[in-house]
Amino acid sequence: MAKVAEELKNGQKETAGQNNVSLVALLQEVQERYNYLPEDVLRELAREKNLSLMEMYSVATFYKSFSLQPRGKHKVATCSGTACHVRGSEKVTEELSRVLGIKPGETSQDGAYSLETVNCLGACALAPLVVVDGEYHGNMTAARAAALIKEHLKKSRGLSAAELEQDVEKKAWEGCSCAILLAGNDKK
Amino acid sequence: MVNFKLNGLEVAVEKGTTLLEAARFYGIEIPTLCYDAGLSPYGACRLCLVEVGEPGKSRLVTSCTYPAREGLQVRTHSQWVVNTRKLIIELYLATCPSSKTIQDLASRYHVTGVRFRQKHEDCILCGLCIRYCSEQMQAKAIGFINRGEKRRISTPFERKAEECRFCGGCMYICPACQARCQGPEEKEAVCNACLNLSPPCLDRFNDAMCYLDPCVACEQGRKE
Amino acid sequence: MDALKTGLRSLPELFDLQLELKKKREQRENYLAVCGDTGCTAWGSEQVKDLFARCLEEKGLSQSTGLKFTGCLGLCECGPVVIVFPQGIFYQKVKTEDIEEIVEQTLLQGKVVERLLYQDPLSGAKIVHAEEIPFYRKQQRVLLANNWKIDPSSIEDYLALGGYGALGRVLGQMSSEQVIGEIKASRLRGRGGAGFPAGLKWEECSGMPAKQKYIICNADEGDPGAFMDRSLLEGNPHSVLEGLIIGGFAVGASEGIIYIRAEYPTAVQKVRLAIAQAEELGLLGENILGSRFSFKVSVSVGAGAFVCGETSALVESVHGRVGEPRQKPPHLAERGYNNCPTVINNVETLANIPYIINMGAEAYSRIGSGKSGGTKIFSLVGKVHHTGLVEVPLGMPLRKIIFEIGGGIKGGKAFKAVQTGGPSGGCLPASMLDLPTDFDELNAAGSMMGSGGMIVMDEETCMVDLARYFLKFLNDESCGCCFTCREGLSRMLEMVEAITKGQSSMAEFALLKELAAVVRDSTMCGLGQTGANPVLSTIRYFTEEYRAHIEERRCPAGVCRDLISFHINSELCNGCGACRRKCPAGAITGEAKMPHFIRAELCTKCGICLESCPIQAVIKL
Repeated sequence: MAKVAEELKNGQKETAGQNNVSLVALLQEVQERYNYLPEDVLRELAREKNLSLMEMYSVATFYKSFSLQPRGKHKVATCSGTACHVRGSEKVTEELSRVLGIKPGETSQDGAYSLETVNCLGACALAPLVVVDGEYHGNMTAARAAALIKEHLKKSRGLSAAELEQDVEKKAWEGCSCAILLAGNDKK
Repeated sequence: MVNFKLNGLEVAVEKGTTLLEAARFYGIEIPTLCYDAGLSPYGACRLCLVEVGEPGKSRLVTSCTYPAREGLQVRTHSQWVVNTRKLIIELYLATCPSSKTIQDLASRYHVTGVRFRQKHEDCILCGLCIRYCSEQMQAKAIGFINRGEKRRISTPFERKAEECRFCGGCMYICPACQARCQGPEEKEAVCNACLNLSPPCLDRFNDAMCYLDPCVACEQGRKE
Repeated sequence: MDALKTGLRSLPELFDLQLELKKKREQRENYLAVCGDTGCTAWGSEQVKDLFARCLEEKGLSQSTGLKFTGCLGLCECGPVVIVFPQGIFYQKVKTEDIEEIVEQTLLQGKVVERLLYQDPLSGAKIVHAEEIPFYRKQQRVLLANNWKIDPSSIEDYLALGGYGALGRVLGQMSSEQVIGEIKASRLRGRGGAGFPAGLKWEECSGMPAKQKYIICNADEGDPGAFMDRSLLEGNPHSVLEGLIIGGFAVGASEGIIYIRAEYPTAVQKVRLAIAQAEELGLLGENILGSRFSFKVSVSVGAGAFVCGETSALVESVHGRVGEPRQKPPHLAERGYNNCPTVINNVETLANIPYIINMGAEAYSRIGSGKSGGTKIFSLVGKVHHTGLVEVPLGMPLRKIIFEIGGGIKGGKAFKAVQTGGPSGGCLPASMLDLPTDFDELNAAGSMMGSGGMIVMDEETCMVDLARYFLKFLNDESCGCCFTCREGLSRMLEMVEAITKGQSSMAEFALLKELAAVVRDSTMCGLGQTGANPVLSTIRYFTEEYRAHIEERRCPAGVCRDLISFHINSELCNGCGACRRKCPAGAITGEAKMPHFIRAELCTKCGICLESCPIQAVIKL
């Protein structure tokens, strides 16, 4: 593991080489490299730079842009800014969550998609806004967002439209039945 | 020396003294939950609020962090302060009723009912244990994680911390778990008749916020 | 032009370069401005720009006609926006297939392409020139004026328009006291939210005896619904940088930091480029323009936390620590970054500085209302016709902004409320529309200026739901240090949620008001102190709506899910099955070509059936 942290330290970036570098900047670099913050890398980094591991963990959990779990290859984000909210972004998020079979903040099991809500992307004139892999899609409705993601799913998974429908229904059903089971457990 | 007015009284304290220290020196009681004389002040519990400034232009500040300044007007028990403090205690009761410290505060400040939905938390996030761990023990084995309503206290990566020296200081200083109130039943939050102070009993409170493993106080590693 | 390579070593060199670039610019006044802001890029303006470049090349126009990929041109609703200069012909919703026609007709033959023109929604008239569009005509664009003329990645463009002239004047002719005096006389108030007089802030910091001081530009624009800072940084980054350097000179700082939120990657990139360009030209670094003043600027990127907009939390975040506000005193002017005196200004505040120096404090302070000088940029969004960035003199009544510039409410609905100031602000009802947009007036009305978000809502927005939305936002974004903020906001959210579910009582409503006041009074930083505003202001102006939820279990706006239901009008339904196929819950049944029904027990009230019905047979009750 030592190698990874070493590599990062010797990285081309200006920040990691400095001694007095801010922890946030350091973590940003780790995240950029690994797409998330792997525990062993952080532990190694803390040892090498003589940083408190607790502080590192506090910072990593405080800021929203850091993730301690691997994130999906494709990032789907819905904006939940005020302008988007009054134009119905909540329904858009729900529909996307249903189609992808994951809740906001989660990554699909195959690691292909992760769904996030972002507080404001500053493109309020396009509200409600959905961002797929950095591409902005404005004036969304629940139905249009679903169509958009289904199109993306089709391309990335190589499914036909009918297969996709089945897949989505299956996922949605699984989600549902899980919820029912959980609810049952709660009652017990 | 700094001269200022404390509840109408002309007082003088040394430069750098906080309002809380000054008030306690002059025998005025101000409740606190997150303050300890041996640790740096944090201002998280908001119970030590006092009113500073001219009437009409005044505001509430935490006395544990606010340094005394020349000519300042401070009121520790104005109607505004008392009402605010009472609601905060009520909120504490609604959140963490099993703390004897909080139950005692309620009795002391005449909080006799809770209008909020009752919760049963083990921790009020006062941060005393964290400051104890880092300032007194230089260990930094525990700390705050997450933010907002998800904030809680944990160890790095939520595993047993290598830095922990099992000093037990975090338990010793905790206002919520050490002095467990045995009084009220689950349903009612206020007993207002608290006299007991038995040692922490982890067999009654399995979910106590304890970072020691094995636990120093009960000497058995009940916590998985 | 040698200076571009060797850097500027003195004031005369700067003025010579400006003059030279200006002349060069005047020789080539034909150019196309394609909006490259996030809004227009989402509509596909990048492809439009690329195709223009290709098309100009093919027609042999690339020498005579410039092409600028500019910052926000304002009218985001109509993107991608293209303006043809020097005539100023405004084309909206330009698609890639329109490009040949524009080049062919407008550039070569000087004709106007009618179908791409903007049409006034009120009169129906087509408008050719940008300045004549009511949206622009009624504004007073000072800070945004140059967005049309500048390619943000080119320092030459900025210099050609007299850029860095204010810095030159300050370094050559003024003392730091004079600069502060000028800013004080201009009555500029901080544009970040609280509206503290900028001159006083500088004066306080400049009076601190310390060797090392810092000035930080706060570009952590976290207010959901506001994007003026992003547009300034992306559209005209050098104006902010120039303001920052002048600020550094005035307070005696040798280092500046621009703190940008992580959600704005383009802004980070543009600012980094601008800093590199300024360094190359010698406008940053040791002994700037031959003076004794040395100054350097770095960029610090946030990591996603709204609370870092609070100044002391921002400093913590720049240090790389958890962004938790610190108890004050000591104030930042005494002990800030690296424990040195620090001054923090908002992006828009700094962007104003060069203009004040150039036009003079007196002329500047004459813009706007009696109490504070200058213009303010608002991001006018929500259910209004023309969404986008609007710059108006301070003190312009809300009505004028919403109805004359914004073109009124979309879809012929009625105006209900306007939300200003983001999560710290409040909602103002129709009866307050004549309120001037001024710091003190808005505060007195229970809202605030904030950084300038202005979200317009129509009758279909539920104010209780909106209060719930903001509480949820703050609950998530609070740092969680103060008990009253963390637990108080979470309890308030719980209580408001109960109201939206029709499970509350008037006694609980009274407790909510009491708690909101305590949270406001007893929290340490601005987030908690103003966090109750959305609740307090909606209670103040829309008590009736709260009552309807609590006593009648009814949501008048038809938003709160537990209080509404969907039905299909069986007299209208033709059984096309569109809703049945779209319904995610499978709650709609019915035979083909026969009226369909919604099964209430399965319905999740998502409203997709309402959206998808081609004949509006679905009704919401």
